[in-house]
Amino acid sequence: MTDAEIRALILELIGEIAPEADLALARDQDDLREVFDLDSMDFANLVVAIHDRLGVNIPEAHYNQLFTLECAIAYLHDALTQPKQNDG
Amino acid sequence: MRASDNAARYATIHKDPASFAVPPNLADYRAVCAAFNWEAARKGLSGLPQGRGLNIAYEAVDRHAYGPRADRTALRWIGKTGERRDYSYRELVLATNRLANALQTMGVKSGDNVFVLLGRVPELYVAVLGALKMKCVVTPLFSAFGPEPIATRMKIGDARVLVTTETLYRRKVEALRGSLPKLHCVILVDADQDGEGTRSWRKLMQAASDAFEIPPTDSQETALLHFTSGTTGRPKGVVHVHEAVVTHYATGLYALDLHDDDRFWCTADPGWVTGTSYGVIAPLTHGVTNIVVEAEFDAPTWYGVLAQERVTVWYTAPTAIRMMMKLGADALKDYDLSALRFAASVGEPLNAEAVVWGAEAFGLPFHDNWWQTETGGIMIANFASMDIKPGSMGRPLPGIEAGIVRRKADGGVETVNTDQEGELALKSGWPSMMRGYLHEEARYRKCFAGEWYLTGDLARCDDDGYFWFVGRADDVIKSSGHLIGPFEVESALMEHPAVAEVAVIGKPDPIAGEIVKAFVALKLGFPADEAMRKELLGHARKRLGAAVAPKEIELRANLPKTRSGKIMRRLLKARELGLPEGDLSTLESDER
Repeated sequence: MTDAEIRALILELIGEIAPEADLALARDQDDLREVFDLDSMDFANLVVAIHDRLGVNIPEAHYNQLFTLECAIAYLHDALTQPKQNDG
Repeated sequence: MRASDNAARYATIHKDPASFAVPPNLADYRAVCAAFNWEAARKGLSGLPQGRGLNIAYEAVDRHAYGPRADRTALRWIGKTGERRDYSYRELVLATNRLANALQTMGVKSGDNVFVLLGRVPELYVAVLGALKMKCVVTPLFSAFGPEPIATRMKIGDARVLVTTETLYRRKVEALRGSLPKLHCVILVDADQDGEGTRSWRKLMQAASDAFEIPPTDSQETALLHFTSGTTGRPKGVVHVHEAVVTHYATGLYALDLHDDDRFWCTADPGWVTGTSYGVIAPLTHGVTNIVVEAEFDAPTWYGVLAQERVTVWYTAPTAIRMMMKLGADALKDYDLSALRFAASVGEPLNAEAVVWGAEAFGLPFHDNWWQTETGGIMIANFASMDIKPGSMGRPLPGIEAGIVRRKADGGVETVNTDQEGELALKSGWPSMMRGYLHEEARYRKCFAGEWYLTGDLARCDDDGYFWFVGRADDVIKSSGHLIGPFEVESALMEHPAVAEVAVIGKPDPIAGEIVKAFVALKLGFPADEAMRKELLGHARKRLGAAVAPKEIELRANLPKTRSGKIMRRLLKARELGLPEGDLSTLESDER
């Protein structure tokens, strides 16, 4: 999966949770929670949705590594290229 | 099974106050309660000089700023990116003086309502306290509210001033400004220049003098207006007076066990009453260092704050505790939490498991306590010195008489026996008791039966005088500790052209306590499909904001109603939970 595809997937899933979100506003360094008005439950649901779609296990201690698009893409990129270590 | 039956399986946590490194302020519950009276409690405060009255801001800031605590850190602010800013009591007095002067320059009068819509940034604290100095009525609003909850509250509260940020203003208020004719000025804390209808905080503060004398303040003058919700009707504006500070101080002393050299952290947002009473006022009245964390909950950040700031007293909430539990005690092992002496929780009942987990993970149990927007301060608590029965909210504060009552047909109430369920009631007369619901005298009067204030919470009291929460008497929803009125959510959904009927319930959730769930019946001709569900979800979130909007929407052809046409939320909830449906004799048309 390319980074562009990961990015598109994250935005698609945000659109499921927050259908009112203007996904065009997404800039890579912004905190997704602020830009799209996601509260902690929305964010937890986003992580679950990512897990369901990509099979990547994201422990709660790592949630803060997904707060921006840039970090989330890097995190998922790594997780997908080392699936066995992360999907335990 | 009742939650309290479950809790009974947890052993009492015994305390030995004699072994505490810091002797608790309330060492002997019975003795302190017996000796307590509110007049004496007021002696812990200073009062305005020359007997000019009692003002919350003076007790929180000025009296320390001109004494030995002048150079102590009053606020330590930790920003989202980890940056820190410290404000000593001396600096805080100068900043709040400037704001009071700035308001005066703009023609703001005492008694005018100042709304503060900000995240947890230093300007929030300066705005709240500075406006109180000017004797304005202050309402901090939760910045995660959407435009509708904001506008509704500003209208009810006759907002004259709004302090906010450029982004929040553009996103949530600007479009509605026409519907707020009383709004006289908007101050933007991050704007460098004045704009159309807005003023720059920085420019105002630069131009203002840092000398200000708080005008004489009657302790019964209105100071704070907090909003809360009922099952029906609009949000209620709960009126509190300057005298409330006596309760803030006394409960900080006994329920939070604040000592002079404490480093205190209340995690609640000042947009809710806990974050104002205990995130702003109570710690400052004690002259301690108040830690303010801008970031939302995430475990590594929070544990880092506890360790690095050497937090001694921590006041947090069940949702956060349950998230930490999910993460496990192991996640704490790299943090030095040796400074932490006392941990308390509020917002909704803390389950027994979580109380006990605190002892495991932090070396000290969480002390649950109970109060509500109307009571202004903590009313029932687990005290540092007192044994904890996990799952119980504890015992009444000194000066507070609590009872379990049943309403009688004649409008009066009678108290029920030990261990019987009934409505939790408090004998009127403590300083932070609400003085009214703004513009809603009838609703206010309905809260009282004789000398009892009726809380709307169902509870019981055991043989040892410990109170146990049983449930709510009405349909309000507690999600992540925030009280949400179903009516406000239903109204927003009803505004959508496709919607015929709506009912909103609280659906139990292991982390948030409850989540908001909406059942919607559509008008004829609108397709009940996934696209419609998403459209309604987006519609609600846009108007209400993520904190209030439903997390789940279910489309139905029809909702269950009584003969008089009232939608039966209770039945929808029972079905959602798989519980017995109860008395269906009033059911006229069932759901489809």
